[in-house]
Amino acid sequence: MIVMMEVSQPISFNEKFLASLYEVVDGERIRTCLQCGTCSGICPFGYLMDFPPGLMITALRAEMFQEVMNTDSAWMCVSCYACTQFCPSKIPLTAGLMTHTKEELLLAGRVPSELQSALENSQRYGNPMGESPRKRADWITGIEPKVTIMGMAKRPVDVLWFVGDYASYHPRVQLITKAVARIFNALGVDFGILGPEENSDGDSQRLAGERGLFEMLAEKNGRVFGKYKFNEIITTDPHAYNALKNIYPELGISYPVRHYTQFLADRLEQLKPLLKNELNINAVYHDPCYLGRANGIYDEPRALLQAVPGLKLLELPHNYANSLCCGGGGGGMWLDGFQWEKAHVRMSEWRVREALTSGADILAVACPYEPPRFEDAIKTVKEANRLVVRDIAELLNEAMGE
Amino acid sequence: MDIVVPVKLVPDLVEELTIDASGAALDTMWLRLIINEFDDHAIEQAILIKERVGGKVIIVSPDAEGVDDLLFTASAKGADQLIKLNGNFEGGVNNHALGRALAALFKELKPDLVLTGVQAHNDLDGSLGPILAEYLGMPYIGYVSGVNIEAGKASVRKEYPGGLIAEMDVSLPAVLGVQAAEKPPRYVAISKVRQAMKTASIDDHLVDALESEGGAEISRMFQPEAASQAIMIEGDADEVATRLIDVFKELGVLESGG
Amino acid sequence: MNQDIFVIIEHLQGKIANISYVMLAAVRELAQSSGGKVIAVLLGHNAQGLAGNLAADQVIYIDHPVLADFTSDAFQKVLAGLIDENKPKAVLFGHTSIGMDLAGVLSVRLGLPLVSSCLRLQGDGKFVSQICGGKIMAEGDLPGPTAIVTMVPGGYKPEQGQSSQSPEVTPVSAPRLDDLRVSLKQYIEPEAGDVDISIEPLLIAVGRGIQNQDNISLADELAETLGGVVCGSRPVVDQGWLPTSRLVGKSGKIVKPKVYLALGISGAPEHAESITGSDVIIAVNTDPAAPIFNLAKYGTTANLFDVVPILTDKVRQAKGS
Repeated sequence: MIVMMEVSQPISFNEKFLASLYEVVDGERIRTCLQCGTCSGICPFGYLMDFPPGLMITALRAEMFQEVMNTDSAWMCVSCYACTQFCPSKIPLTAGLMTHTKEELLLAGRVPSELQSALENSQRYGNPMGESPRKRADWITGIEPKVTIMGMAKRPVDVLWFVGDYASYHPRVQLITKAVARIFNALGVDFGILGPEENSDGDSQRLAGERGLFEMLAEKNGRVFGKYKFNEIITTDPHAYNALKNIYPELGISYPVRHYTQFLADRLEQLKPLLKNELNINAVYHDPCYLGRANGIYDEPRALLQAVPGLKLLELPHNYANSLCCGGGGGGMWLDGFQWEKAHVRMSEWRVREALTSGADILAVACPYEPPRFEDAIKTVKEANRLVVRDIAELLNEAMGE
Repeated sequence: MDIVVPVKLVPDLVEELTIDASGAALDTMWLRLIINEFDDHAIEQAILIKERVGGKVIIVSPDAEGVDDLLFTASAKGADQLIKLNGNFEGGVNNHALGRALAALFKELKPDLVLTGVQAHNDLDGSLGPILAEYLGMPYIGYVSGVNIEAGKASVRKEYPGGLIAEMDVSLPAVLGVQAAEKPPRYVAISKVRQAMKTASIDDHLVDALESEGGAEISRMFQPEAASQAIMIEGDADEVATRLIDVFKELGVLESGG
Repeated sequence: MNQDIFVIIEHLQGKIANISYVMLAAVRELAQSSGGKVIAVLLGHNAQGLAGNLAADQVIYIDHPVLADFTSDAFQKVLAGLIDENKPKAVLFGHTSIGMDLAGVLSVRLGLPLVSSCLRLQGDGKFVSQICGGKIMAEGDLPGPTAIVTMVPGGYKPEQGQSSQSPEVTPVSAPRLDDLRVSLKQYIEPEAGDVDISIEPLLIAVGRGIQNQDNISLADELAETLGGVVCGSRPVVDQGWLPTSRLVGKSGKIVKPKVYLALGISGAPEHAESITGSDVIIAVNTDPAAPIFNLAKYGTTANLFDVVPILTDKVRQAKGS
């Protein structure tokens, strides 16, 4: 039955929301949802949501989306891309449905306090931790030759290294950043960093519903990029990679960008002779959501690991596109407390348990969210102490004898 | 119910603070300013009252770096009118001078209620609230964490140490020093603030020359010795405990005797 | 010129607040060098017994039923008259919920200069104030003719403001106290267990080092005896040994107590960032390399299981209960 609507009738929230979803790339595919339940089933926290993705679409079709808005279940989503990956209708569930729902929740002021702090800090200080922007390059102490900071060196470089928030400020992740700097130096890479001029890439903030904040941060970064001359951007942060490669161009900020594993994999012949030490370890590789599922980069990280002498690379049952999110996702880092209250378990713990069954000693990672999350999980999971978390760069460093 | 909220920007403590060449004031070169946290709570409390009993919320702030953003953010949260104080604020303005300037303006605005943060961390001549109250001839209650409006008066929750609360009545109009709003300051999406920048406007209010009398002259500012390492207490458990008792007493957390 | 110094005594629910003793200690040097008397000013109703252990040369006691409990309007009226009449060299208020309701108002009402956040007063008439979260100290000469001062704790030990010799008490009559704009309706005691650690001044924090739920009772006892509140880092709360309301750290609360006693806490960034607002951090951790020692003012590698019970005992003794 077709209902004729008076032109003067106000447009409902449901209609407006649906219209906003159509505007996302491939957004119209939501019309072809089969209600198969795959998304809800594969979502790691789907079982805790009042409205997992599939049910959100049901509610939309029943013009009951306000019901979804009245629960906070969208905040259980960490934007891990599992639903998007496996949807048979290829609906952009993560970037479309989940992100837009979070945007609406934010506009209504219904945001968990931890996330609120991260967003406010990002706006004020250019990083979600609330650290002073002037200290963003403090990690470079002790690296020789000295790391070039673009604003001070004022010369063109070959590679602009976009470092990222956690890699710049978090003590554990700084160790990885230093390892990468050492590798670049050993390879004679002509690189520079933005240091205090660098702002958060904004990708996780975008996925957590703050489009306005993302645009503000992107615009700032874009202006700074424009000041300097470089051939490409390399980043150690898969979230920054995702933003720089896929979203910044929408705002007119477009540069060639690669993840550091792609950059090094390209230089494998140059790198191999430097890997002198045999490590004699079994390692499994955790495919980060934003490198793997979101951007299809699976092989280069493995190529690097396989180049490490004495390293036996095993695979986790949930690997490649099937990878289990560490819980950081896109915005998940700042929903930890909220999600813990409902779940009383962390995704990182599931992943650590799985890694333990693989027989590996090393859990190799390639994303800055992962070391703190997995190392915390190792402390709480029984008998997980023998498992060690290392970024690929750290393993390469060890093989190099650095 | 007209509520006026005077708000200040204060040095952001995330950055390193340094003393300027005169040796008696903060160096403003690297100084970043942030809204006084208690004033942020005052704004939130004002909006909550407006949502409950209706009325108008007016935000007033002296011109400083970042004040426009502060005012538009308040507007996005629900403030109705934004007033920026313009004048010669070189060399800083103390609370007595600010209080006098605000009192002159408020006598025109005729608020039913004035909410302001209970203090600011850079106050040296007392906090703004009590000073402003007296210039206005209004009663003052500080350390407020809850406000209920009743006919002609406000019932407030005043905080004492240890979680003790005193419920007090104060006749309106009154000035209240807010310690904490009933709910934490709400989040406002950047898109909303950007929208407020297009739709809201800021009224400029010129103030005459401000004389900073009412406080003391500062002859020297300095930073306390920063201990880079903890003072380690050695000895066996008994010796350690004894030393800790001394530390507690020095810090004023060990109440000795009734 | 009157060189006497007034100290406005604060009391709540029948007990003198520590800040009163701190203020009495603070003015000793100044009074000695100027030759003035230290005069404690006590307002209350049937409260003269509280004057017993004040280290003052004299106590001015003003009694009125309306003064039984603190209210700003009434206390301002009484003190305005008293200060105006006597014109002392200085009047000290606590930088507290009581003192701050008075100092600013009286400064304007009487046209007297005000210095706040004062930590120390020197014999030569200099004051040192502490601002910007303790990061900046400001020094100057106490202004005249009468300096109104608000005092923060930390510069003097309360014992220095106590005396076994009861001072002379001079009763002074209160002015008319009608037409008051502020009145007290009731007190509301804090609910046990329903605690907001983000506003608590004394926190006893337990980390992984507490090892199991039963051991938390050690911290509970110390907290109860000392008058503080127990909180914990994430591993403790995740295990369910403490409720989420007591969580300090990334997914929990940011705290800014006067004292943060960290027992068996390593000080990882997710926790550390939530406690940097503390005035003083005291860390007990057997690992000398624990990052918490970079934040703490005092530390010890003694075992918390040895220290805490002994400490609790000593606190009990010190409190004389």
